[in-house]
Amino acid sequence: MPDTVTLVVNGEERSLDVEGRTLLVHALRDGLGLTGAHIGCDTSQCGACTVLVEGRAVKSCTVLAQQADGRAITTIEGLAPDGELHPLQSAFVEHHGLQCGFCTPGIILTAADLLSRGDAPSDEEIRHALRGNLCRCTGYQGIVESIRAVGAAS
Amino acid sequence: MIPAPTRYARATDLDDALELLAEPDAKAIAGGQSLIPVMKLRIARPSLVVDISRLDLRGVTERDGELHVGPLTTWDELVGSAQLERPALAALVECARGIGDLQVRNLGTIGGSVVHADPASDIPAVLLALGARLRLRSPDGERDLAVSDALVGPFTTALEAQELVTDIAIPVPPQGSGSAYACVEHPASGFALAGAAVLVTPDGETVAFTGIGAAPFVLRDGLADVEIFGDRFAPAEYRRELAGVVAERARTMARERAKADR
Repeated sequence: MPDTVTLVVNGEERSLDVEGRTLLVHALRDGLGLTGAHIGCDTSQCGACTVLVEGRAVKSCTVLAQQADGRAITTIEGLAPDGELHPLQSAFVEHHGLQCGFCTPGIILTAADLLSRGDAPSDEEIRHALRGNLCRCTGYQGIVESIRAVGAAS
Repeated sequence: MIPAPTRYARATDLDDALELLAEPDAKAIAGGQSLIPVMKLRIARPSLVVDISRLDLRGVTERDGELHVGPLTTWDELVGSAQLERPALAALVECARGIGDLQVRNLGTIGGSVVHADPASDIPAVLLALGARLRLRSPDGERDLAVSDALVGPFTTALEAQELVTDIAIPVPPQGSGSAYACVEHPASGFALAGAAVLVTPDGETVAFTGIGAAPFVLRDGLADVEIFGDRFAPAEYRRELAGVVAERARTMARERAKADR
C-alpha cells in the first residue's frame, strides 16, 4: 500500500507515492526523474548517491524515502539553479577534479557540506570528509585541489 | 538493491513507538545507517519499520556528575559537542570522529550503534571503559542496564523486543583523568580489526576492547587468557597482537591527557 511523501527538492515541493521500503535515491531517480544522484555500489559504500538533506550530506541509498518526508533536499540538479556553475563545479573543471564524472555529483555535494561548516579546510580535513566517496579515475588529487581552491577563496 | 517489502510508521512519541513495536517482526529505525544496509541485503526483513528518529532523545547534557547522551544523538553532533571537550571524555569524540564517513556520521546515532551490537563497532569499547549505563523503557516501565550487561554477543543484546534506549548515562571521571580510543581498521569495511578504549583516572586504568571477541568487553586479567575471534582477514593470533598494540597506543594518549587534566 503506497504512502504519500512530500519532499522539498531543490526548493520545490514535490509529492509522490512510495512504498515503505522505497529508498530516497529511488524516489528521486524513478519518482521525480532526478538522475543526478547515481547508484554505484548499492551497499552504502561508494557515496555516488549523496544528496544534501537539510544541508547535510547523506547517502540517499541509505535513507528510506518516508524518513525524508517534509525535509529540504538538494541534489546536484539544484546546485546551479540559474544555469551558472556553482563555485565547486567550476573548480572541478579548473583543477581536473573529474574524469568519467560518475562519482562527481556525490563528491561535490559532500564537499558542499564540508565547506558549509566554515574555515578553509586543510587537505587532511578534505580527505577525511571524502572518505565515504569513491572515485576510480582520478586518484583524488584533483578533487582535493578543487575543494581546497573553493575553501581558500570563500 | 531493494529491501524486502515492509511497512513504515513514524512514531509520534515514545509510548507510540513502544506500542508499534508490539508487532512481532517490527524493528525500530533511527539513523538507519546499520539497519538499511542489512535490509538491502535482506538479512533483515522487518514487517514494519518504526521510525523513532524524530523523537526528542538527542543531545548531550550534564547533571549530578553524570553525562547524559540522548540515544538519537548523531556522530556528527557528538564530534561538535562542547560538553565533551575535556581530557577525560576525549575518547568519545575521538571515536565518533572515526566512525564510518561524513554521510554516516550525519545520520548514524550512538544509541542505534550500541543496540545493533556489531561485535566490531567502535563505540561500545569507549562506553565500557567509561562505565556507561543504558536507561531502557518498555511498556512495563523503566530499568537501567550497564552497557557491559547489554552486549551479549554478535548482533545480540539483552534488550527486550519492545524496549528502547532512552538515555546513555556516563559517570564523569574525576579531575586528573584522561581517555583515548585507538583502533586498526579493516581497510575496506572500516570496521575495527582490533580497537581499544582506555580510561586513566587517579585510581587506576580501565581497558576495553572491540573487534576481537563475540562482544566488546572490559579487560579483567591479561589478553593471553582471552578467547579471540579470527577470520581470513585477521587470524586470532594476529588480532591478539593488534589488540596489544592498539591498547598501548590508547593507554599512552590517555595517560598524557590525564596529566593535562590536573
